[in-house]
Amino acid sequence: MFKFLFERDTWQEVSDSLSKNKLRSILTMVGVWWGILLLIALLGSARGLENSFNRLFGSFATNSVFIWGQSTSKPFKGFQEGKQVRLSLTDAKKIEENIQGIEFVIPRNQNQALVVRRELSGTFGINGDYPLLDKVQKVKLQHGRFINQNDIDTNRKVAVISESIYKQVFEKDEEAIGEFIQINGMNFMVVGMFEDSNMNMGPRTEIHIPFTTFQQIYNQGDRIGWMMITGKPEYDIKQIEEDAKLMLKNLNRIHPQDKRAFGSFNLGSEFAKMTGFLTGMQFLTWFVGIATLIAGVFAIGNILLITVKERTKEIGVRRALGATPFEIKRQIVVEAVTLTLIAGFFGIISGGWILIALDSAFGQGDDATIVNASVSIAVVFIAVIILVILGTLIGLIPAFKATSIKPIEALREE
Amino acid sequence: MLTINKLHKSYPIGDRSLHVLKGIDLSVKEGEMVAIMGSSGSGKSTLLNIIGMLDEADEGEYILDGVPIKNLTEKKAAIYRNKFLGFIFQSFNLINFKTAQENVALPLYYQGLKRKERQEKSLFHLEKVGLRDWAEHHPSELSGGQKQRVAIARALAANPKLLLADEPTGALDTKTSYDIMAFLQQLNDEGKTLLIVTHEEDIANMCKRIVRLKDGVIMEDVKVDQVRAEQYV
Repeated sequence: MFKFLFERDTWQEVSDSLSKNKLRSILTMVGVWWGILLLIALLGSARGLENSFNRLFGSFATNSVFIWGQSTSKPFKGFQEGKQVRLSLTDAKKIEENIQGIEFVIPRNQNQALVVRRELSGTFGINGDYPLLDKVQKVKLQHGRFINQNDIDTNRKVAVISESIYKQVFEKDEEAIGEFIQINGMNFMVVGMFEDSNMNMGPRTEIHIPFTTFQQIYNQGDRIGWMMITGKPEYDIKQIEEDAKLMLKNLNRIHPQDKRAFGSFNLGSEFAKMTGFLTGMQFLTWFVGIATLIAGVFAIGNILLITVKERTKEIGVRRALGATPFEIKRQIVVEAVTLTLIAGFFGIISGGWILIALDSAFGQGDDATIVNASVSIAVVFIAVIILVILGTLIGLIPAFKATSIKPIEALREE
Repeated sequence: MLTINKLHKSYPIGDRSLHVLKGIDLSVKEGEMVAIMGSSGSGKSTLLNIIGMLDEADEGEYILDGVPIKNLTEKKAAIYRNKFLGFIFQSFNLINFKTAQENVALPLYYQGLKRKERQEKSLFHLEKVGLRDWAEHHPSELSGGQKQRVAIARALAANPKLLLADEPTGALDTKTSYDIMAFLQQLNDEGKTLLIVTHEEDIANMCKRIVRLKDGVIMEDVKVDQVRAEQYV
């Protein structure tokens, strides 16, 4: 049945009838071309946005929540409202031990520090951290190492600095690792350097020093600035957040309904919102793209239908000369599919050009809004298959119309 | 060659029906050249369409070359048309975007002939109608008479048993008309059976037999002395 597809004559007929009616063929193709161009461009840019979000979030464990103390909003057990709440290491330890589904709890401290090296200086955000931090918020080391357990155990004065500090207090091309910098008048050895992240959760971090060293130099005692809690993948981070807060309220004698006492930032639910948004956008893209495509295919059907009217006579002649209805239908369907495929092909190519243009306009650099805008081959393949199917279906309408007219009516003189 | 018995045909017009053919009996032998005459509305075109299997009779018998033509599917009709019949139309009905040669080759394409064979046969028939040199021209570049010759070549290409011509000279001036008739007579001399619908007396007199239709019945069916068209050319 499909043997005719491999016969030169079939294609000769199709190419004759398409190429000798150029304007008609081109007008017909514009609809599908536009549809597939939009589909490719939209899908590609949606992918680009998704990629850029992924790049932003990529360095964070997304099932995490940050909790810090604020001030109470309700009096409780003899304490006035407005009591300052400060978290402590004990709190962190208790939470880690008692709340279900927790992977780690990482206490952090933060402060500002004056950093001096020779005659260069600056004020930067300094953090006291545990090595585990790297598991939650990936530190992109460029040189050296991150803080290790040994640093913690022996309160070593070592620092991991950001690239921007390096640029401020070191000369160009100077080796930083092993050098000393002064933090609040104390000498710290630089052991690592990290790339500035373009997305920060919490205050900007420019220097990491061992948590215990931080405790010592700032005389922090047991108190901590905030804690990062990471849940095991199978647990709901929202639930963990609630459990942890309730427990903290218990431990710190705060009214269980006090909503202000603890501040938090739930990366998990923020991320879920973002993914939800992306999924929604992708759905919209597909919807718009396919709808446009269908509109385009209908345009083809429409124009073919008109041309069938215009070609009534031709079809009548062909039938008088012995073309069977099947041969007529076949030819019209092959014409429709050929048109859709050619239009689709150009649509894919020009859609690709649009993505290239988008990439060169918005896709360059670290803070690009659209990263690697692209469409997978599978999607293109599916789009082509959809086109062929739609082209066939839409071709059937004029084809049936063409053969439903009796040859005698087709040939009747006007 | 062709036998028709008690043929009836009606067309619905609104909620009434128009009885166009009211029992036609006609028999045509091989090698005949028959003119079917009648004023408009006499049913001559309907008769030709039924003979040409472009339309179907409501009642009656139609036997073509020993094959009863009835209850045809579109597909069967197409195959019979291709095998038995060659059509010549008043307005030529050439396909405008195809060259003369491609037009002539079209019935051969539907016969399933190979490309090369089609090429040879179509050129042979164009040669026959004297338009070998015009093979690569499109219909728009041809005169009316040339177009009709191409159409005749196309009708001949499939080597049909019966040639059906519906007002073949209707769109042509007198000189060209006689020219075409001379050619049709020549085909008849070679043994082709022709059925020509016309309303012009001079054209009818160039056939060997005249069948006159009026109001859906045959009024007269006479053999005539053929007027040769060559003498006017």
